[in-house]
Amino acid sequence: MSGRSSTGAGNARNWPDLRLSAALAVAKVSAVGIRRLGRGGGTSAPGVLANRIDPSLLTKLSARLPSGAIVVAGTNGKTTTARMIADILESGGHAVIHNRSGSNLVRGVVAAFADEASLGGHPGGDVGVIETDEAAFPDVVRLARPRIILLNNLFRDQLDRYGELDTISKRWRAALAHLDERTTVVVNGDDPALAQMTEGLAAKRATFGLNETQHRLEALPHAADAATCRACGVDLHYDALYLSHLGDWRCPSCDRARPPLELIGGEIELRGVESLAMTVRRADDGALRLEVGVPGLYNAYNVLAATAVARVAGIADETIVAALAAFRSAFGRIERVTYQGRTLTLALVKNPVGFNEVLRMLTAATGGLTVPTLIAINDLYADGRDVSWLWDVDFELLADGTAPLSTTGLRGADMANRLKYAGIGDDRLRPLSSDLADGLDAFLASVPEGGSAYVLPTYTAMLDLRRTLTERGAVETFWRQ
Amino acid sequence: MNAAMPRLLIGWLYGTKMNIYGDRGNVLALAQRARWRGIEPEVREIGLRDPLPDDVDVFFFGGGQDQEQVAVSRDLQGEKGERLKAAVDDGASLLSVCGGYQLLGHEYRPHAADALPGIGLFDLVSEAGPERFIGNVVVESQWGELVGFENHSGLTFLGEGATPMGRVRVGRGNNGRDATEGAIYRHAVGCYLHGALLPKNPVLTDWLIEAGLRRRYGAYDLAPLDDAVERAAHESAVGRAVKTR
Repeated sequence: MSGRSSTGAGNARNWPDLRLSAALAVAKVSAVGIRRLGRGGGTSAPGVLANRIDPSLLTKLSARLPSGAIVVAGTNGKTTTARMIADILESGGHAVIHNRSGSNLVRGVVAAFADEASLGGHPGGDVGVIETDEAAFPDVVRLARPRIILLNNLFRDQLDRYGELDTISKRWRAALAHLDERTTVVVNGDDPALAQMTEGLAAKRATFGLNETQHRLEALPHAADAATCRACGVDLHYDALYLSHLGDWRCPSCDRARPPLELIGGEIELRGVESLAMTVRRADDGALRLEVGVPGLYNAYNVLAATAVARVAGIADETIVAALAAFRSAFGRIERVTYQGRTLTLALVKNPVGFNEVLRMLTAATGGLTVPTLIAINDLYADGRDVSWLWDVDFELLADGTAPLSTTGLRGADMANRLKYAGIGDDRLRPLSSDLADGLDAFLASVPEGGSAYVLPTYTAMLDLRRTLTERGAVETFWRQ
Repeated sequence: MNAAMPRLLIGWLYGTKMNIYGDRGNVLALAQRARWRGIEPEVREIGLRDPLPDDVDVFFFGGGQDQEQVAVSRDLQGEKGERLKAAVDDGASLLSVCGGYQLLGHEYRPHAADALPGIGLFDLVSEAGPERFIGNVVVESQWGELVGFENHSGLTFLGEGATPMGRVRVGRGNNGRDATEGAIYRHAVGCYLHGALLPKNPVLTDWLIEAGLRRRYGAYDLAPLDDAVERAAHESAVGRAVKTR
């Protein structure tokens, strides 16, 4: 690793790096202060301060990690997948530094690293797992100089924040082009944009994908951006389509196609909103049967991706199997709480593909939604200010169900309107207060005691609902996880 | 389906290419508001190299990514674009948003590439601007207050022959300078408003449907609908617009 640790790390072995120590001290003190004031988990402001004092903080700490840093990127599933990877590495005997509370901009990553490091600049672990935001990816890669990069998927998301997919692709490709063979890019070969983006890099590449006969889509969903061949510009053909634009793709006019897969997932068994089982095979030898307590096909991709990264990191198969069997879902992604005698399943929704997959999971067993459901839509910065994306979600598939659908949040009224145009009649549609606590109360009053209900919030709505549930004693606070 | 049932043919220009920002909601709004009145809607996608059907009542043309706009611009040159203009001159209605709006002007001038020719349905030109306008928008128009969400760096300037769709009360609009938003020509409307626009601005939706039906059937008056849900969405969006910009 010596070649890449030129930015101050070499010096620090002999001389105390005062700038780094000062940055770390400020980050630590401010994080404690923020938590004491009850202003949240202190997961990003300390990073802003620390970065101002020492912009090389992440580079220096990352260079001192004996097993390097792993960067996890993708529109959907990055928090869950990063947590799976961290759990597997910990089971494999590593001390992991991880921006676990999901603050995935540069400042959040810096804050997490500062929190774990000693004031003398020792990183406090031997490997880093860094979940990164799509927009922050180029900076995080440049600063952390990772040994492994996971590219899990790239979907349409919050266009007001991230811009169009073409723009993100170009920036990612430029960031990856700077890496050499000391980095391995672990890529979802089923995603034609990512597979084509990682062709011909100096970095090594490891591919994964599905060969699955049960869980297929008949046609590209509305939420999928037209997948085209990078060389010919024509629309790709799919021999099998699994999720959004992920599948076994090929170009109808040239010889480009899904790359050969080094790790193949299949025989997926989806068990409602509870769990899944799947088989993961290597192209050259044996297979692993994995059982994981996360639901839905989208999580099968996350399990496969985490397994692929763990294998590149040299973790033994039996460790992977055991760690995934013990895995519990990430904060707010999907969790079950009992409150006022009702069982609530909360699932985060944040973009069209993610929402489609949650609906697919909730309706898979019964063919329609049968459990009362509250959809909570906010339009704050972290949710995306533009709620247009709701029109790309296939709510039409809820029209066959029987369950009442309630809406709340700053843009709950837009959500109710979306459901009306999806064919949900007056008999099932219940627009509730835009205030989340009031909306939650009115919703719960409509759910019979002892019954089940689904709650589908956007990011800040989830934070708010969770705060309400925490204050009322139903859920644990998240930064202690 | 009853043979005597009135029908509405919705022509969705480049639906699979120009479909970002949930603009598909506009097509859903046109189709549902027809269906709820006993009018049978048919949505026909008109893709690259597809001929333009003669009998479309309402066209919708949404926004796309840069690469797709180039292909669409090329596809509209010549007969297809001429036929689209002729349909509007003959009374067909049309809504275009963002990229679709720009390509119905004379041309779009990017920063560092050749100008993309439009078809000149609207007397306007657009050029790449230095900043991106992002946020909720409220516009005063002949349909009352319209509310949507803008997300564009292109600046649009109206010529002498263009009528603005309305005046911006909240937001930046066509170019951030003259307080105009969008353009109207006969029953064709172009603008930068996503949201999706039509579902929470039902007065405009019904104007487009009614114009299309009048061309097909002569006089046609739409029956009123219960728009309580739409009005609530409209009002909450206006409230957020005022609060966030």
